[in-house]
Amino acid sequence: MSPPIRFEMRRRTFLVGTASAVVAANIPWRASAQPTSLAGPDRSTFTLVVNGETRELAVDNRTTLLDALREHLELTGTKKGCDHGQCGACTVHVNGERINSCLSLAVMHQGDEVTTIEGLGTPQQLDPMQQAFFDHDGFQCGYCTPGQICSAKAVLQEIRDNVPSHVTKDLTARIEATDEEIRERMSGNICRCGAYANILEAIHQAAGEQA
Amino acid sequence: MDFNQPADQNLFDRATVVGKPHARIDGLLKVTGTAPYAYERHDVIAGQLYGYPVGSAIAKGRIVAIDTEAARGAPGVRSVVTTLDIEPLGIWDYNVARLFGGDVVEHYQQAIAVVVAETFEQARAAAALIETTYERDDIDVDLEAGWQRLQGTGEPSTQVGDVDAAFESAAVTLDEMYHTPSQSHAMMEPHASIVDWADGGQMTVWTSNQMIEWNRQSLATTFGIEPDRIRVESPYIGGGFGGKLWLRADAVLAAIGSRAVGAPVKLALPRPFMINNTTHRSATIQRIRLAAGADGKLTAIDHEAASHTLPGGRGENATAQTPYFYAAPNRRVIHHLVEMHLPEASDMRAPGEASGLMALEIAMDEMAEKLEMDPVEFRVLNDTQVNPSDPSIPFSERHFVECLREGAERFGWADRNPTPGGRREGMWLIGHGMAGAYRGHLNLKSGARATLSNGRVVIETDMTDIGTGSYTILAQTAAETMGLPLGRVEVRLGNSAWPVSSGSGGQFGAASSTAGVYAACVALRQQIAERLGVEDPEFRDGNVIAGDDVTPLAAISEELSAEDSINFGGFQTEEYLMATFGAHFVEVGVHVATGETRVRRMLAVCDSGRILNPITARSQVIGGMVMGTGAALSEELAVDLEHGFFVNHDLAGYEVAVHADIPRQEVVFLDTVDGVATPLKAKGVGELGLCGVAAAIANAAYNATGIRVRDYPITLDRMIDRLPPV
Amino acid sequence: MRAFSYERASEPAQAASRAAEIPGAKFIAGGTNLLDLMKLEIETPMHLIDVSGTGLDGITATEDGGLRIGALVSNTDLAANERVRRDYGVLTRALMSGASGQLRNKATTAGNLLQRTRCPYFYDTAMPCNKRSPGAGCAALGQGAFSRQLGIIGTSDACIATHPSDMAVALRVLDAEVETITPSGASRTIPLDEFYRLPGDTPDVETVLMPGEFITAVTLPPPVGGRQAYHKVRDRASYAFALVSVALVRQADGSGRVALGGVAPQPWRRAAADAALPDGANAVMSRLLDGASPTEENAFKIRLAERTLAGMLAEG
Repeated sequence: MSPPIRFEMRRRTFLVGTASAVVAANIPWRASAQPTSLAGPDRSTFTLVVNGETRELAVDNRTTLLDALREHLELTGTKKGCDHGQCGACTVHVNGERINSCLSLAVMHQGDEVTTIEGLGTPQQLDPMQQAFFDHDGFQCGYCTPGQICSAKAVLQEIRDNVPSHVTKDLTARIEATDEEIRERMSGNICRCGAYANILEAIHQAAGEQA
Repeated sequence: MDFNQPADQNLFDRATVVGKPHARIDGLLKVTGTAPYAYERHDVIAGQLYGYPVGSAIAKGRIVAIDTEAARGAPGVRSVVTTLDIEPLGIWDYNVARLFGGDVVEHYQQAIAVVVAETFEQARAAAALIETTYERDDIDVDLEAGWQRLQGTGEPSTQVGDVDAAFESAAVTLDEMYHTPSQSHAMMEPHASIVDWADGGQMTVWTSNQMIEWNRQSLATTFGIEPDRIRVESPYIGGGFGGKLWLRADAVLAAIGSRAVGAPVKLALPRPFMINNTTHRSATIQRIRLAAGADGKLTAIDHEAASHTLPGGRGENATAQTPYFYAAPNRRVIHHLVEMHLPEASDMRAPGEASGLMALEIAMDEMAEKLEMDPVEFRVLNDTQVNPSDPSIPFSERHFVECLREGAERFGWADRNPTPGGRREGMWLIGHGMAGAYRGHLNLKSGARATLSNGRVVIETDMTDIGTGSYTILAQTAAETMGLPLGRVEVRLGNSAWPVSSGSGGQFGAASSTAGVYAACVALRQQIAERLGVEDPEFRDGNVIAGDDVTPLAAISEELSAEDSINFGGFQTEEYLMATFGAHFVEVGVHVATGETRVRRMLAVCDSGRILNPITARSQVIGGMVMGTGAALSEELAVDLEHGFFVNHDLAGYEVAVHADIPRQEVVFLDTVDGVATPLKAKGVGELGLCGVAAAIANAAYNATGIRVRDYPITLDRMIDRLPPV
Repeated sequence: MRAFSYERASEPAQAASRAAEIPGAKFIAGGTNLLDLMKLEIETPMHLIDVSGTGLDGITATEDGGLRIGALVSNTDLAANERVRRDYGVLTRALMSGASGQLRNKATTAGNLLQRTRCPYFYDTAMPCNKRSPGAGCAALGQGAFSRQLGIIGTSDACIATHPSDMAVALRVLDAEVETITPSGASRTIPLDEFYRLPGDTPDVETVLMPGEFITAVTLPPPVGGRQAYHKVRDRASYAFALVSVALVRQADGSGRVALGGVAPQPWRRAAADAALPDGANAVMSRLLDGASPTEENAFKIRLAERTLAGMLAEG
């Protein structure tokens, strides 16, 4: 006989007042006001190496790497889909690793090597991964595509580097670029048009060319 | 060009470009990040400032005051405009909630202010400084309560025969309730616009919108200005799915901001703001009753549904397919609109059928089981070639049975274990399911301009490509009609300066706009013939051929341009019922301990007339299958009944399918053409791919577990108490 | 996001003392949660101390045969570490079930421990939330609220949020300890089971860290062996927070340890539940979830936790 798991349902409360209550509702649940004087400047000057080119930036500290690329350097190939790390459209490579550029402050990348979709290839000279996406129709609207391509290149590198994933069966064995491994590793890049099956084929093509 | 009778044999029946698998002509731009989307147009105008929206914190009521002092004094701020500062703006035909102006709040996160600043960071920070005082009204966002009130009332939209008598005398009946949740388009590119209305004269809008002319007309109505003072450009659109059919707050706030500061303003809706600020697919509650004889023939179909809407809106008519899909002599169909104070319910990919088939195709599966029939055979038996609600009207083309047969054969349907819960592999219960797909087809008038210049043809139309492949299929159409290779056709889209097209929506875009381009090209051919003084020439291999007279198009030195539209005649809807059909087959695994459901195999067979490009059409269908997977297993806008809003309003909370959710997918297009539909004999396919997918998954989950879930999404909490012992 | 000033710290002690002396200062390293919250003004630091240059990115053996994980080791590097994969498999499994490849490349060990809840009401500044704004009330406990994802145990009438980390659940089952340096330069070691505070009346206070106190490392005791597994249950197959997760270390004799994620304001483990492991999943959960207080919407988590563990045990 199984012992019971004892629990009691939590009671709910009414929060909202009656009709026509006057409430000031935009602000009160934010953090309280803060003093205006900061401990230092709210802007910074620094350099990034973007697609091999050294670029100096003087921007608001709040500027994300994504907005630095899109708004200041006018490299708009990197996309803003959610600005909160929930979609992957902003994926770029920093010092060889893929990251979400929306959740990274530009000022924290002093001297870093940033590679964007524009740095991978051009319409006249495609990177093999770009060619593979083109060949397999690995996109529709195209908005998540630069992020998918940047991620896909990094995924193949991560597999070569034997970085494990959620679906890796044996953590101590050599990891192969299977369908399951690729799908899991690409899951941080949402494609609402639903080109996933085509993207998988594209990545296999690119992986085959590298092998 | 008038299209007043079904197309005969024509050049598309011997096509060499149309119907062939050409890669997207815009593909190179998209894979290199060089296709320009709305917010990225640094090139179009100098001096762009940044706008940021503020949304209502209540669902319904009145704004008493908005304190903007802190925001106005914040660094970099150039202007703050609140909804109290201006008179209520106009509302265009298909919008329901007012987009801005006045003190009335109709839904949560309704736009109530816009901040314009020199940088994005400044605008966002200043927007957070705005304090608003509201008078809050009571709200009702309980769809279940609305259903209880309305069930059994009202006039049916379809009433044929004697439904009650049919149920009384039926050998087998079914009577079940189904629920589908509200869903979000969740396209990857947020609604975004750059608007230059600096001098209050000409308004130029670079935006992300599916319907250029509707957008222009909406702007004119909203701001009370003449449409000819407005130019709209939207050459690349990062997904729409119906969410970008309408003018939304991005363009309105950018326009107001631009007018206020006298400079161009760019504004994108922040992702956490989008779901409640823009539109969504309404939840539905559906009661479906089926009656059949012992032979399996349906004798009655009774479908009653409810969906929510703001007062005056359209909701989600889940009964859309029920008058037409299956044969039965007795039928009753009714859809109740429940007025509620949630954000604006509106169209999302396959509005009506997407939700309706989620329920109806489970009901068909249940009924087949009651009849002890194979669900494929049950559907075959109840096929119809005429409108069952008006048998004098035939379907223009209907190959639903072939879809079912072909799908069953390719999928290996016969090998499945029909006994629910009968197959287990390790920790996974394996199940197979199928569903039928139906989506009505309609056409809209569509125009284009074709210009011959130096042996090349340029197509200009306000048609949009929202990922659907419009650029490519329009180029194929022009190439075919003009006898040119694809590389000598250029397609320019999404600009209100060009002829008005159907736009992209309702699965009408591909069929309508290719017909429009065909009309323009035929007009251009006529001009060329007149210019060369030949009659009825053939256009082939880059030449104009009239008897022995062969003139290369490239030899025509002057530029020739022709504009025309396709006008679809009344015969299409008066004499025929046009629709598209399909069948979905799915294998799922359900984890025996946790109830996690994962799709392992998917197959779709589609009957939608001529496939204009099998690559882009297939992508549309697999995309629908992905969206259907999300609809089946994870997508739900959760409603807070007290505050009246969608709680999970970002891409972490609203779970669309990711790579790991999607197996390899197979798509089969039947080799059918529909001469009633267009000169190209094509119909839409982009919405068909979604229809029925979720039900096929639901039916497969039932086959895996023996647990029938009638409420979407089919999450593990709906099964956990009924799963077998571990 | 409010304006802030910015500096880079090169030494942990310097970072801690600066944080204590500057009003409104916060540490930033990966930034994957802090920036997310700053954009929504849920976090409003006036000064950011970039600690990514403090050199705490190594994984080294400890004298007793355990492992010291630098605070800045990325989730990817920690999961991929050869010793972690071999000896602490549950940790690699937990890390790799969280977030996405891009996020794991940036997210750090200390940052992962300190991430805030993903309660949707915490994330919506138009909604009252005691964690975000003490005393405002809890919208998640309102009539008709959406609480399916939220906590069932260890919660309070002020807050039913969960801690979202997967890594922390594995660390909890491995008896990890947190090493810190205080603004005065002192070091201290905090067992992970004492690191998080239950919400009670003050859900805004989430850990026992004092102002300015800076995490330098997480240490693991010597390997405990056994079969190690982590099952994260979620609606979609990847890139989602847990409904329930179970970390399991099971020895050949049937004894072992169990911790839960997705159910409580902290990784949830009880000694009495561990002791019941030889008696099966129901015995474990009747002790581990004894006194749970779910809402109607998330009561399924009790059954789910039990069945998830039962499934893991059935797999051997």
